[in-house]
Amino acid sequence: MAEALLAIDDLRVQFDRGEDEVFAVNGVSFSIAEGEALGIVGESGSGKSVTLMSALGLIRENGKIMAGTAKFQGHDLLKMRPRQLEDIRGRDIGVIFQDPMTSLNPVMRIGDQIMESMLTHQYAGRREAFERTLQLLHEMGIPEPKARFRNYPHEFSGGMRQRIMIAIALACEPQLLIADEPTTALDVTVQMQILALLQEQRRKKQMSIAMITHDFGVATNFCDRIIVLYAGQIMEMADTRQFLRQPAHPYTMGLKNSIIEIGQRDRQLSPIPGMAPTLTEPPKSCSFASRCPLATERCRLELPALREISPNHHVACHRAEEVLAHAI
Amino acid sequence: MPSSPLLQVEEVSKRFRVQGRELHAVEKVSFQLDAGKTMGLVGESGSGKSTLGRLVLRLLDANEGRIVFNGQDITKLSPKQMRPLRRDMQIIFQDPQASMSPRMTIGAAIEDAMAIHNIGTKAERQKRVDELLERVGLPTVVKYAFPHELSGGQLQRVGIARALSLNPKLVICDEPISALDVSIQVQVIQLLQELQKDFNLTYIFISHNLAVVEYLSDQVAVLYLGEVVAQGPAEELFATPTHPYTQVLLQSILKMPEDTDKRQALTSIQGEIPSPFNPPSGCTFHPRCPFATDVCRQKKPERKLVGSQHSVTCHLAN
Repeated sequence: MAEALLAIDDLRVQFDRGEDEVFAVNGVSFSIAEGEALGIVGESGSGKSVTLMSALGLIRENGKIMAGTAKFQGHDLLKMRPRQLEDIRGRDIGVIFQDPMTSLNPVMRIGDQIMESMLTHQYAGRREAFERTLQLLHEMGIPEPKARFRNYPHEFSGGMRQRIMIAIALACEPQLLIADEPTTALDVTVQMQILALLQEQRRKKQMSIAMITHDFGVATNFCDRIIVLYAGQIMEMADTRQFLRQPAHPYTMGLKNSIIEIGQRDRQLSPIPGMAPTLTEPPKSCSFASRCPLATERCRLELPALREISPNHHVACHRAEEVLAHAI
Repeated sequence: MPSSPLLQVEEVSKRFRVQGRELHAVEKVSFQLDAGKTMGLVGESGSGKSTLGRLVLRLLDANEGRIVFNGQDITKLSPKQMRPLRRDMQIIFQDPQASMSPRMTIGAAIEDAMAIHNIGTKAERQKRVDELLERVGLPTVVKYAFPHELSGGQLQRVGIARALSLNPKLVICDEPISALDVSIQVQVIQLLQELQKDFNLTYIFISHNLAVVEYLSDQVAVLYLGEVVAQGPAEELFATPTHPYTQVLLQSILKMPEDTDKRQALTSIQGEIPSPFNPPSGCTFHPRCPFATDVCRQKKPERKLVGSQHSVTCHLAN
């Protein structure tokens, strides 16, 4: 495997809610290799966004990083001064969010917003930045770049705004792109266009992508490796191939079974009962046990460690081998 | 003679005037829906599917066409005349929190609907709140909670309980699961299914999720720029998609593959839904259609039957 571009180790994040603390990320470790596309999948509250956003210093005010390291090219992002981090963010690490309307400046021409990122990071001079902006708009599939340069965000459709966000994120040719639910708010035909665009850019630039998503379809079709998060813990981590062939965590199985596909009108649904917990103390046992059809006494008492059950396949479940053996 | 359908929508059109320009939100849509059945409406944003739901409920007035509910033409009824009928027609929204007062407890919010329609005594209504909460799978103590204290899935159950409180005949489900987590979506789908069976509910299920619509619906209409481009029995419509737009929508669904070598190619059709202010000539789908010919660019296609109940609006269908 190629060298790790970003290595997160034992990250722990807590949020202060006044009356109590929420344990949002509970000892998460993983890395992203150069050129790799990693899918980080989870439901709301699983910590999938918080994990990466806290590493980038983009965490809400009531959030605290309690422990861990997040080494980007060997340097711990968590120990950097805000200025240093700002320098890396936007230059070496690009970020795109679900809703481009809230992250774009509504009163600034989109061309200027793309240029701004190159100018602040001293990636290019004005003339060069201008030329590159036109080039980026063209690459992003925005017709008539020269004319569109002068438009404001509201003059674009949702899909086009997401393309502009991607242009900003890619302007300084980052080594890592963090895409936080980049297609969730988009229609399916537009989702395809955006994913195709990201895939093309990734191949061209040899860029790593961390794709944060709730959608297994998006993650498994796009990514090389998948991480499933639940209650701020990694439940399963595997190459996409392994993940597709032999999922070994009951939660992964449950999520898979929750997807309804075309042509399944006669299917009986078997939903995962209950809902994901909000942890107000550190997990001491399996956080999924109360919803798990396979839970035993041990699961309710003992926290399962994330262990490697076969090469590059990690699972945090006491009964992973049984899940595999019986495909239960 | 078969009994008449619960709902008949006949050639209904809705146009909005926005800044002096006319927008065709819904164009000559027709369908019939029998009691206890589900009509699915699919389409991308701006296709008019939600507007159509609101027209059926008379939350919006149609410019043309007729809406017949339970044998009665309701197209021209005044708000006052509509009032007793409102009990029979309810709606569930995508974001239940937005449709609830933040200062009202869950119990009060459910009871409120019954109180407005003068149903039962206060004690009877409160008993009914308990029954409804249990029926939708929530503990009765939830009635003392405020909306912000509940999760999205719990709130959607409350939204369903509130809609059910009046014993409606027709329930419009407008993207009821879109904002929910996958594991919660299935729970809500199952609940909607059970309730339909138990209370013989008739649903109009509006969603951009084709698979869920197929799963829940008996009939489906695919909308594009306010027009129905394909309509028919759910299974047939998706098993033999005849309209190019239905095909494109199906191809755009990213399924979890069995293995990495069976992944879908990330290829897509060009363009986006055009501006409804300025719809394309001929077939409105022609600028994005991979099969478009000259006739598609010039002439509006007629509705054609391609199965006993399956129709498409496309020149190329036969």
